[in-house]
Amino acid sequence: MSLFLEKLRHAARMMVGMPDYDAYLRHMRDHHPEQEPMDRVQFFRDRQESRYGGKNGGKCC
Amino acid sequence: MTRHLPWIVIAMVGAAALSFVALARGEAINALWIVVAAVSCFLVAYRYYALYIARHVMRLDPSRPTPAIRRADGLDYVATDRTVLFGHHFAAIAGAGPLVGPVLAAQMGYLPGTLWIIFGVVLAGAVQDFMVLFISMRRDGKSLGELIRMEMGQTAGTIALFGAFMIMVIILAVLALIVVKALAESPWGMFTVAATVPLALFMGAYTRWIRPGRIGEVSLIGLVGLLAAIVYGQAIAASPVWGPLFTFTPVQLCWILIGYGAVASVLPVWLLLAPRDYLSTFLKIGAIAALAIGIVIMAPPLKMPAVTVFAAGNGPVWAGGLFPFLFITIACGAVSGFHALISSGTTPKLIASEAHAPIIGYGAMLMEAFVAIMALVGASILDPGVYFTMNSPAAVIGKDAASAAAAVTAMGFPITPDLIVQTAKDVGEHTIISRAGGAPTLAVAMAEIFSHVVGGPAMKAFWYHFAILFEALFILTAVDAGTRAGRFMLQDLIALAAPGFKDSKSHAPGIIATALCVAAWGFFLYQGVTDPLGGVNTLWPVFGISNQMLAAIALMLSTAVLFRMKRQRFAWVTMIPTAWLLICTLSAGFLKLFSSDVKVGFLAHAAKFRAAAASGEVLAPAKDMAEMNRIIFNDRIDAGLVAIFLAVVLAILFFTIRTCVAALQAPAPTAREIPPVMVPAE
Repeated sequence: MSLFLEKLRHAARMMVGMPDYDAYLRHMRDHHPEQEPMDRVQFFRDRQESRYGGKNGGKCC
Repeated sequence: MTRHLPWIVIAMVGAAALSFVALARGEAINALWIVVAAVSCFLVAYRYYALYIARHVMRLDPSRPTPAIRRADGLDYVATDRTVLFGHHFAAIAGAGPLVGPVLAAQMGYLPGTLWIIFGVVLAGAVQDFMVLFISMRRDGKSLGELIRMEMGQTAGTIALFGAFMIMVIILAVLALIVVKALAESPWGMFTVAATVPLALFMGAYTRWIRPGRIGEVSLIGLVGLLAAIVYGQAIAASPVWGPLFTFTPVQLCWILIGYGAVASVLPVWLLLAPRDYLSTFLKIGAIAALAIGIVIMAPPLKMPAVTVFAAGNGPVWAGGLFPFLFITIACGAVSGFHALISSGTTPKLIASEAHAPIIGYGAMLMEAFVAIMALVGASILDPGVYFTMNSPAAVIGKDAASAAAAVTAMGFPITPDLIVQTAKDVGEHTIISRAGGAPTLAVAMAEIFSHVVGGPAMKAFWYHFAILFEALFILTAVDAGTRAGRFMLQDLIALAAPGFKDSKSHAPGIIATALCVAAWGFFLYQGVTDPLGGVNTLWPVFGISNQMLAAIALMLSTAVLFRMKRQRFAWVTMIPTAWLLICTLSAGFLKLFSSDVKVGFLAHAAKFRAAAASGEVLAPAKDMAEMNRIIFNDRIDAGLVAIFLAVVLAILFFTIRTCVAALQAPAPTAREIPPVMVPAE
């Protein structure tokens, strides 16, 4: 059940273009251990800017 | 054999339901027949046609690394769970289009629209989304413009980019027009929509400083605020002080929207755009799910005839015959070119395995077609008299209940003035006459369905304004996001001539491009709002033509890629829908330009007004010579626009044929895919 809720939460956040922060941390740890990853708030702002900055072609009619 | 057995049963159920829908005459059939027919057809099409395309046409290879694996960065390129990505993709493709087009198409009866949505999506729309996703997925998630440049050359890419910008302008104008039509003279609706601005600003501040990143939390707060705005909107609208303050004429609303678009698109994204997108996205998904459940519980009978007299053309909602205009009126839901921009946008960068492509590319589009079917059902459960009262222009049916009832009854759809007044009263509006644009009609239908399930007739007015709010909210989000996207497209285009224009360090190019973009869609919005025939009449076909042309371009790219992969044996999969779209859009565009019927042809309409103006005569709806000249000018602009779309699509057709011929002559595959070798992620 909690797995289902977790997936639902992930899906809802992904619908508004917010990827999973833990997956980002995992990626940074595995591939760029020398770099300091963004914290949760920086990550949130970075993704917000990237989704709505206008470079993504907008949404559909 | 046994594994095919359940599918054979589904196919038989679908065929039975579809033939019942198509052949039933005389008595009202239940809406569930259409739903069952559509769902069974979609399931079978997915199981057999989508998987056929995946296995034989594309030869998807689950072991081949996708961009999300190859270029994983935890940000843009993230291997994402299949169902989560399905939600992401569906939320990005489904908007106002599949809700509005089918409502407008209902003037010909429910049958033509139903058949076009089902066959269109299975053979064209879903194929297009799926193919573009496939092509982009094999090329690091590049965008449609870049893909056309890679496979068909620089010139073709630039032409396509220009076409996409023009389409964006028309889409924004049409969407804004729908909001104007829904909110004009409606203080309750206007108040609730206006309330979303301070609400979104508060949410923006909340996610910026108070609790950063708490999207779920802030969306719940926003939802409570929205519901409160709907509830209090009734009192505001009734108040002698506040009511008039929120009552606007269409022209006033047009200027408000243009000003709003200009300001909103230069504000920081976290302040207004992002929080409103959270609200509109979740509300959209929730409302679509609720509508599906509501239709199943209510199981309403369809009151609209299967085919009306207007299938022959000359309908009051939009002009033109079934062929080709039905096929451009329902664009989104059957086949939508705009999806090619989404399928080559974020989705290909998030897909975890090629094996997921069918459900995301083909499946999500089937889901959108289902939304379109629900919209069509919604329009068809209304009394046809109410439907035509709401969707006919005031120039045809007049402005008061008595004249509208007489005119609509004369069309063959009996309605009394009392019913018109009562329907407006039920949904808490001053009037329902000539509320074209699809949104108000759908809102009345949703109020009918929702109030049947929750709250009874007393809740109708609440649900009507809930539906208006839900549509206006995501249209405003699209206007804002679209203006930003249009600005960057324009900057890219101008930079081809003046390279300095792309410079993101100085503010001037951005502001100039934004202003140009707003002015462009604002021009068409103003033209639509002041159009005596209601605007939707003129702009929706232009939008449909442009959207279908983009679809034709995407399918031509897919055809060229199949030829370059040396899979031309299977290219019929994309060539059949391409041919159909070219036939529909070219003939619709040609009619819009050269038809001698003044209701259809822009040039004929201009000629009629010019002849009258030359002899000093003022034709209704113009009131003076200046208005006469404006009508002539608008007609010529519209004609020019359609001519540009025709030129763009013919140019791409030329490049496609050239590419295919060159590919046939080449001894080996020439498609520029990223080779399937595993490159370690950075």
